[in-house]
Amino acid sequence: MRVALFATCVNDALFPATAVATVRLLERLGVDVDFPPEQTCCGQPQYNTGYRRACEPLVRRTARAFAGYDHVVTPSGSCAAMVRDNYPRIGARAAAEGRGTELADAALALTPRVHELTEFLTDVLGVEDVGAYFPHAVTYHPSCHGLRVLGLGNRPLRLLHAVRGLELRELPGAEECCGFGGTFAVKNAAVSAAMAEDKIANALRTDARVLCGADNSCLLHLGGMLRRRGGALRPLHLAEILASTEEDPWRPA
Amino acid sequence: MTDTFLGMPAFPQAAAEAVRDGQLRANLRHATHTIRDKRARAVAELSDWAELRAAGKAIKDHTLRHLDRYLVQLEESVTAAGGTVHWAADAEEANRIVAGLVRATGETEVVKVKSMATQEIGLNEALAAEGITAYETDLAELIVQLGDDRPSHILVPAIHRNRAEIREIFAERMAAWGRPAPEGLTDTPAELAEAARLHLREKFLRAQVAISGANFMVAETGTLVVVESEGNGWMCLTLPRALISVVGIEKVVPTWRDLEVFLQLLPRSSTAERMNPYTSLWTGTTEGDGPSEFHLVLLDNGRTAALADQVGRQALRCIRCSACLNVCPVYERAGGHAYGSVYPGPIGAILTPQLRGTASPVDASLPYASSLCGACYEVCPVAIDIPEVLVHLRERVAEQGGHPAERAAIAAAGYVLDHPALLTAAERLAGRTRALHPRRLPGPGRAWTDTRDLPEVPAEPFRDWWRKNRP
Repeated sequence: MRVALFATCVNDALFPATAVATVRLLERLGVDVDFPPEQTCCGQPQYNTGYRRACEPLVRRTARAFAGYDHVVTPSGSCAAMVRDNYPRIGARAAAEGRGTELADAALALTPRVHELTEFLTDVLGVEDVGAYFPHAVTYHPSCHGLRVLGLGNRPLRLLHAVRGLELRELPGAEECCGFGGTFAVKNAAVSAAMAEDKIANALRTDARVLCGADNSCLLHLGGMLRRRGGALRPLHLAEILASTEEDPWRPA
Repeated sequence: MTDTFLGMPAFPQAAAEAVRDGQLRANLRHATHTIRDKRARAVAELSDWAELRAAGKAIKDHTLRHLDRYLVQLEESVTAAGGTVHWAADAEEANRIVAGLVRATGETEVVKVKSMATQEIGLNEALAAEGITAYETDLAELIVQLGDDRPSHILVPAIHRNRAEIREIFAERMAAWGRPAPEGLTDTPAELAEAARLHLREKFLRAQVAISGANFMVAETGTLVVVESEGNGWMCLTLPRALISVVGIEKVVPTWRDLEVFLQLLPRSSTAERMNPYTSLWTGTTEGDGPSEFHLVLLDNGRTAALADQVGRQALRCIRCSACLNVCPVYERAGGHAYGSVYPGPIGAILTPQLRGTASPVDASLPYASSLCGACYEVCPVAIDIPEVLVHLRERVAEQGGHPAERAAIAAAGYVLDHPALLTAAERLAGRTRALHPRRLPGPGRAWTDTRDLPEVPAEPFRDWWRKNRP
């Protein structure tokens, strides 16, 4: 089984610890992981801001980078959703505009092989207990694209439940958007901040120490506000919790 | 659309102002969460909701595909039943037709059933200019009209008002419009409802002309349908001598049987009721029963333009239930007025720019008034993929070249992202200079750093870790 890590540009540039944790976790589970260095960005920021044509080279690049792998795993529900939901659309539009079916073919060849990390663990590897140890109180924020576009359901919670030492605290209003939304956070900064404030107030109410998510873009937005406020709650990607073991426990950076 | 909204600031400014209004945010939060929870329970009761939703979508798509045929059939059926059909290409034409019809009756007062189509064309204002007074009879529309306010929700136009504010509006303004509010009016719901009832009763008994919209029009029988909760619509539709209905052309359904689907989808999605309290159906005129004169004004006003757009046309499936407003985290914080349109919330963000075009700053800002969280798509009873249409309309706005700096940034990023060596160099440079990074940004980035810290750039990007550790 040839498995490629789709690290995503946000993790590559800003959250390398998440990508490292994903590699360590998958290797611990016996997966042979590769990182094709030609990968860059899935094109979601461009696409969602209205620049569809600007992501066509990135669709082509991503499809080419992961050609030949049985599975592509990404620690980002949002980027997985971009590939699965929008790549076929971008390909179909290019074909409809008379620019051939090459992009559509590339998109369709890639999409079924792309998995968000928790999907890969539960559905492809068939594991829920990944042998992790994390003795902290955790609350989980299910990001919108993982929740609604991918339909991750309770996969992340099942994985968290199986972590030894972890105390899971239910997040009130969990299914509400945190307000990031890519360029929405800049274009509609006031509403975005109001949404984040409410999300953080709910997270603080749980008295958890860690705000866990499976998308670092949401955590970047919430974490930026948490840091501004000070306090004990800190954001952490799910992969870093699952990578943590008794022998090699997670330590705050 | 109505002039009332012209000259409003674009969504980000209007929303920022609304977000600062603590009372408004509390009113909206309370109201939307209450309806949202009730709707979820009402929908969960039906084991075949997914099938109903698919059926609603299919009927609407089929009808839109053959809209010309069904509209002609509708016109024939309405005419055969004794009604008169008028076609209006835009708001101005619709208003002119309605004003002419009212003038021909010799009346200067009309009662109105709550209707989005007449809000959309600014009918009340147009009639006022002709010396005709239109009285809104829906409780929430009455509150808005008396308060000289604008509606902020499709179903609950006064959602932004609480009981105390409503009491004040009634006590201060009812006298100027008719029967004054009772002495010593308190803000209990029963007293407020009774005050509205007494005030409105006078209007119902006097009016000779009524104006309505319609939730559905049945092509095969020429029947119009209004669903409502208060009974005011039923009064307006049966008591007056003349009835004028202004309806968007997309409201037609082919057969009577189709109502079976929509009369289940609509009440549960909108008011969380198993069945709405009043369902009025009328077909042309019947001697000795109801209005003796019936006119149907079929309104285009941008709808055929929306129909021509393959992605955007799904917005015309909308049955105006407002479930998308009630789950939208952006609507919940910004309120309906911020959208600068009679259709607020997620559906307004895709419908308004299609009906009005994207030329004005307000209309160009609407497709961006969403975080694309997808909650609206999830609850939509006719499965309108609102996020898909939002992104599609953003493309239209980007193409008309509204944001030169943004376009330049996208182009530059696109170049770097298509050259991994350049990306690696940029990441390494950022890592090496990280001690110098400012905590707060100038320009557009300021909006971010006003409320949030930027993340610290790591010493090395992941691709360098990989190269060192997995050679």
